[in-house]
Amino acid sequence: MHKSSFSVLAIVVLVSSAASIRAGRFTASLVAPGTVEGTISYTGTPPKMKPIDMAKEPSCAKQHATPVMTESVVTGPSNTLEYVVVYVSAGDQGGPASQPVRYDQKGCEYIPHVAVMGVNQPLEIYNNDQTSHNIHPMARVNSEWNKSQPPGSPAIKTTYDKPEFIPVKCNVHPWMHGYFAVLSTSRYSVSDGNGKFSLKGLPPGKYTLTAWQEKFGTQTQDVTVSSGGTAKVNFTFKATPY
Amino acid sequence: MNSPDSSHTARPAGIWRKVFSLDHKVIGRQYLDLSLVAVTTGMILSWLMRLHLAWPTRYIPFLGAISREATGGIITPEYYLSLMTMHGTIMVFFVLTTAPFAGFGNFILPIQIGAEDMAFPRFNMMSFWVTFVAFIVLVAAFFVPEGPPLSGWTAYAPLSAVGKDAGPGQGWGQTLWVISIGIFCIGQLLGSLNFIATTLDLRTKGMTLARMPFSTWAWFITAVIGLIAFSVLLPACVLLLLDRVAGTSFFIPAGLVISDRLQPHAGGSPLLWQHLFWFFGHPEVYIAILPGFGIVSHVLPAVTRKPLLGPRVFIVCMAAIAFLSYTVWGHHMFMSGMNPFSATVFSVPTLIITIPAAITTLLWIGTLYGAKMRFNTAALFCLGFISVFVSGGISGFFLAQPAIDSYLHGTYFVVGHFHFVMGVASMFGIFVGVYFWFPKMFGRMMNETLGKWHFILTFIGVYCIFMPMHWLGLAGNVRRYSAFTVDYMKGSIPLHRFITVAALFTGAAQLIFFYNLFRSRFRGEIAPANPWQATSLEWTTSSPPPHDNFGGHHPVVYHGPNEYGVAGKDGDYIMQNSPEPEPVAAAS
Amino acid sequence: MGKVFAIVVTIITIVSTAIFVSHHWWMPPDVSLLGAGIDHQLSETMVTSGILFVVAQLVLAFFVWRFADNNDQRKIKIFPGGATPMVVGAIILVGAEILALTLVGSKIWASIYVASADPNSLKIDVQAEQFAYYFRYAGPDGKFGALHPELIDESSGNFFGLDPANDTAARDDIVAATLAVPVNTPILLELHAKDVSHAFYAPELRLQQDFVPGLVIPIHFTATRLIKSEIVCTQLCGLGHYNMRAYLEVMSADDFKKWLNEQSGQ
Repeated sequence: MHKSSFSVLAIVVLVSSAASIRAGRFTASLVAPGTVEGTISYTGTPPKMKPIDMAKEPSCAKQHATPVMTESVVTGPSNTLEYVVVYVSAGDQGGPASQPVRYDQKGCEYIPHVAVMGVNQPLEIYNNDQTSHNIHPMARVNSEWNKSQPPGSPAIKTTYDKPEFIPVKCNVHPWMHGYFAVLSTSRYSVSDGNGKFSLKGLPPGKYTLTAWQEKFGTQTQDVTVSSGGTAKVNFTFKATPY
Repeated sequence: MNSPDSSHTARPAGIWRKVFSLDHKVIGRQYLDLSLVAVTTGMILSWLMRLHLAWPTRYIPFLGAISREATGGIITPEYYLSLMTMHGTIMVFFVLTTAPFAGFGNFILPIQIGAEDMAFPRFNMMSFWVTFVAFIVLVAAFFVPEGPPLSGWTAYAPLSAVGKDAGPGQGWGQTLWVISIGIFCIGQLLGSLNFIATTLDLRTKGMTLARMPFSTWAWFITAVIGLIAFSVLLPACVLLLLDRVAGTSFFIPAGLVISDRLQPHAGGSPLLWQHLFWFFGHPEVYIAILPGFGIVSHVLPAVTRKPLLGPRVFIVCMAAIAFLSYTVWGHHMFMSGMNPFSATVFSVPTLIITIPAAITTLLWIGTLYGAKMRFNTAALFCLGFISVFVSGGISGFFLAQPAIDSYLHGTYFVVGHFHFVMGVASMFGIFVGVYFWFPKMFGRMMNETLGKWHFILTFIGVYCIFMPMHWLGLAGNVRRYSAFTVDYMKGSIPLHRFITVAALFTGAAQLIFFYNLFRSRFRGEIAPANPWQATSLEWTTSSPPPHDNFGGHHPVVYHGPNEYGVAGKDGDYIMQNSPEPEPVAAAS
Repeated sequence: MGKVFAIVVTIITIVSTAIFVSHHWWMPPDVSLLGAGIDHQLSETMVTSGILFVVAQLVLAFFVWRFADNNDQRKIKIFPGGATPMVVGAIILVGAEILALTLVGSKIWASIYVASADPNSLKIDVQAEQFAYYFRYAGPDGKFGALHPELIDESSGNFFGLDPANDTAARDDIVAATLAVPVNTPILLELHAKDVSHAFYAPELRLQQDFVPGLVIPIHFTATRLIKSEIVCTQLCGLGHYNMRAYLEVMSADDFKKWLNEQSGQ
């Protein structure tokens, strides 16, 4: 072979490999995804959650041995917060997710309290109760709708096409409140009962994370993820009693 | 006497002239056809409602396909309320205000007074087409994205005034409803003007007011009521529309939080809507029933072969009812939050109005005494009318007292009451009109056997539907509920199922009527000019009448309409235009 | 056919009357201090109306049966006296009834709806909204906090729009979804609506009142028996109208104190 052709070939291979590496094709052999995890905490005094009196709907009331509490600020041990949505707001957003997100109405509660989904990710809303519900996601950016689901009716299947935090209420049961967090990214995590969140499978690089809590607003932090590494990011919200 | 319009001298030709005919007889039939479509629609809506109440979770075939709101074929709570709203609106406005008054009145009144047509044939034509447009606008509410309105035919504010935040159906659906009713008011006002002018000005020679048939009197009085009542509803609709689309606050106070949003309104009063609506709404129910009074009083002598008892008393009673109807609107508002002392004030005329109503009922029953009754279908529906009017009127007696209304308001007792007087009595009045005047209108007789079956099945059916509602009301069963999930109402569901079965059965019985109607148009026996041996002027002319009603001459009237049971040259009656003298003393 | 009609009317009249008289579907027992007046009024009206109903329908049926045209030469007869007995009869009968019922009934009505509440009444603030009732008790300080509609936040259970951050009177207000009242105690309810018109209907208390947005409407009662019953909405308020109810619990004074403590402790 000509020396010059070999060089051209080598350059082509190197350039295409580099391009492929940038496209992540060869990550298995060259780089490993990282994780970001942390804890969401608060300072100050959070509002006391109130017990929900479901007396008007006995078929739901009797499903709860002790009354369910309101969920606008759900705390965990050591001053942590649950239901905080942590997501990538800048950096590799990840591909679209196609797995349907399930939202249940059960015992006249929304489960989960915050349902997170990507834009155009399928959402399926189920009524598991013996009473009719009328789910009303009060969107402002997306289209606002409400729909009744009598007991035994099929699931409502829908999607949202713009990022938005949408408060959800039931038009029949005033205490039922939840959220749809529609994100442009598929990289998100919701803090658990111990305030812990964890974002896995992040390609190494720089990211900005946003944490959202329905009463306390949003906070952002930057983080760098190394190949196969675990970065730790904590968020602290200021809580007020009212 | 006066020829109202030169267009009457020649027969109209061409599709345009036929559709937009100025002939009162065509316009009357157009109103009746519109009512027929409306009543069929309204009845189907009521079947869907009753099916849902009896079997709330049952899947209804085809419903998912034709209605966006009922996906899966199950009626949702909001869809039930929309069905109910449209049922009430269509029935009250497009059936009970239209058929007895504009339908029969238009066809028959000019003939009964010996005129060639109404005083203002163009207004007349316009009044029908305006009403038709109102109907189309209303039906359009079924097809808007959020569905038809759900605030009831009474459309109380703020639910009807704040717009789509208040819930499904309260967006475009409610707006179309308001526009439709506003347009309907205009049609009614035009019609009322026509009836009044015609009755006062176009009576033929010898037709004094005292000699007018009872039905003419009823239509005349109804037109006067309508003029005042619809003049109030029209501006009320305008104000409601402004609240909905122009940001005004006639009916919406400050500080309302709906769908988590503080509403941008202040200063309005929901009670104002109720006052305006019921100031119209109570006279409206008399608009629905008085033509029936007139028609029954007109037909009863012909089928009993004796004069109506107390003819002048009857007319005075109708006028008294009309006058008093403006003083009682607050009895719809005993629980509304208006000053409770006013409840006592309103209950007095409400109870007093039972006196003329009782007198008219006694006059009808008294007319039956010593009669020689012919039980054709028109007669049977007259008798049925009397029976259901007694039932419905008596239940009103309870509701007229605030102390009792405080328990029965908002329950099925009220639903039973107004369905007896409006849904049944007024409807029976329409049936009397159909069976009696069909030969005159179409030149053919209806089938009497089918008519009798229609009557008896319907009569039994309506009692099975609406009498049990009084029992439900006494047990505290609340109206306008799409389902009975509340503890104390669960036990009422078996009775609701009974009512639903009765309603479907009665609905099926109407198929006999529809069949009779259509079959008789083409296959009925040819009708003579006066098949019932009746006295009034419509029976002096051919069946159907010629274009100008009397074939070029104007009848001259010598008698009132009540000359029955006398020795006349044609039999036991004397026609109004017969020059023979009245007998000195009728059989007494 | 006339005879068929007469028989049908008679059967309908007898069966309906029997069912009314049997009280098979009837009002629940009355547990209010003033409700007996309403029950009495209803019974009186039922009896007088019942008689009118039965007589009118049976006379109608009888005349229809009797006065058919049998193609004989019989002459028609006019009712003796003509229209006069009808007019006189209606005026006397109906008029007398009206007088009696209005005079008596208006007193009963006034005692419940016009008269003021007992000044020592236990005051309870009632809010009706799409589609539930919430009841507010003043709490240990005996004062109600002010209402601020713009602060209403149902997700945190602030249904009334209280401002506990700045309003000390609001901090101990007790909000419940059940109307608990002590027995034999005058109760004053102040009704207001959050969004659209609603109504308060408690059949056992013989009490009903619309909620009108923009108005605060007082109603009062005294419950005389321990009971758990329902309050339902009778003014069409939207799609959840059928599902809008709260329980009324009439308790002994001690149980009521305990209940209040439980509610406020939470």
